[in-house]
Amino acid sequence: MTTVLSTHGLFDAPGPGLPEHRATFGPLPGADPVELAAAAELTGRGGAGFPTAVKLRSVADAAVATRRSPVLVGNGAEGEPAAAKDAVLLSRAPHLVLDGLSLVARGLGATDVVLAAPEHLLPGLAARLAERPDGAAVRLHPAAAEFLSGEESALVADIDGDPPLPRSKLVPVRERGVDGRPTLVQNVETLARLALMARGDRETSGRTLVTRRFQRNRTPWTDVLEIPLGAPLGDVLPLDSHVRAVLVGGYHGTWLPAAVARGLPLDRAGLEPVGAALGAGVLAALPADRCGLRETARVVGYLAASSAGQCGPCLNGLPRIAAALAVLARAATPPPQLLTDIWRWCGLLPDRGACRHPDGTVRLVASALGVFAPEVRLHASGRCSATTTRPFLPVPGAVR
Amino acid sequence: MTRLAVDPIACTGHGLCAELLPEAIALDEWGYPLLADGELPRELLRRARSVAATCPTRALRLVQTAARSAATDA
Repeated sequence: MTTVLSTHGLFDAPGPGLPEHRATFGPLPGADPVELAAAAELTGRGGAGFPTAVKLRSVADAAVATRRSPVLVGNGAEGEPAAAKDAVLLSRAPHLVLDGLSLVARGLGATDVVLAAPEHLLPGLAARLAERPDGAAVRLHPAAAEFLSGEESALVADIDGDPPLPRSKLVPVRERGVDGRPTLVQNVETLARLALMARGDRETSGRTLVTRRFQRNRTPWTDVLEIPLGAPLGDVLPLDSHVRAVLVGGYHGTWLPAAVARGLPLDRAGLEPVGAALGAGVLAALPADRCGLRETARVVGYLAASSAGQCGPCLNGLPRIAAALAVLARAATPPPQLLTDIWRWCGLLPDRGACRHPDGTVRLVASALGVFAPEVRLHASGRCSATTTRPFLPVPGAVR
Repeated sequence: MTRLAVDPIACTGHGLCAELLPEAIALDEWGYPLLADGELPRELLRRARSVAATCPTRALRLVQTAARSAATDA
């Protein structure tokens, strides 16, 4: 793993234990997380990029209004198959996340603190909790291994013992979450950043973790890197002539042509003009020997199967879009109305679900139809520019 | 200041709302409601209230327009 782009950061401790953590970062000073987040304009690192201070305040306000003590949930569920940054953070720097939980729990007056993570990480986290004097205050929760399991209301349902499916947002989680109480669900990287900010690190809100996926000497390569926000994408992800397109943000993200992607600053202001966002922090360079339509069709098939199946537009729209993309992915003339149908279905989905799953899936599909338009025409004439059908983007074998 | 809202989980696409309040509600090709953008006109308020009350799954609501729920993700 290269560390050229960050001189100090979340992974500075030489090991995951408490002695290494203390020796590297020092003790956790008391601080007001709302003030820290507001001063640094910290944004959440779970995907939506929402201002952390606003979220913290809204839960604190809801706790006052309902006179119920709030619940704090550290979200390390990371259901996105292409992302690995939260899992790497929880393995390599767990005490920064636990410091963040401790800091926010004190700030909010939260008596119930839950850390949700994939089951295979829990034994390691339990050992880290046992090292801390405040470790008994944190309850570990095995997050369901599904795409939507990290969506905040789905995670709340999971912790409540219900099926891990998104809930209606008419009453938001910040007002009525775990156990019906005001609940703050905060991504684990956001918590770790707060832990560094409490120690006087003013730079950390300007950095972010990304998961890189690319091909190196014809071999698939995946790693997690801490980068400064605003770094040019081409400096972070190797984009040589063998890269066709870049997926920015993950499976709810955006395809960009390699030539467009290269110079883009990796922050909100840099990505917004091309309709992209950092989202789950995934940056994937599609090798030129693969077909972007085939890759997208596989991912969208997985996303359609990952729908909670609760909302009519998603339940009806995603399988139709996925089936149509599977047709477009073949090197054969598609039915004449197929593209028109896909665009109409894409228009029917945004802003109509309990969660943003349909919106994100439509964003991916629309960007694919734009970036891979030449491939769509090639397929219609019975050809495909790819030389291998070997999958590049990871899709779990077993889906709901 | 009032607008219509649908709880998309509760809604099962009976389509009663679009039949009774076509001025503000249409159906998509699968039978689920598409709400007109923006505020509900004053003259529709009373009828909209009674239509919401007849929704078989109580999915249709009238909500006061303030901030929409913002963060749906951590």
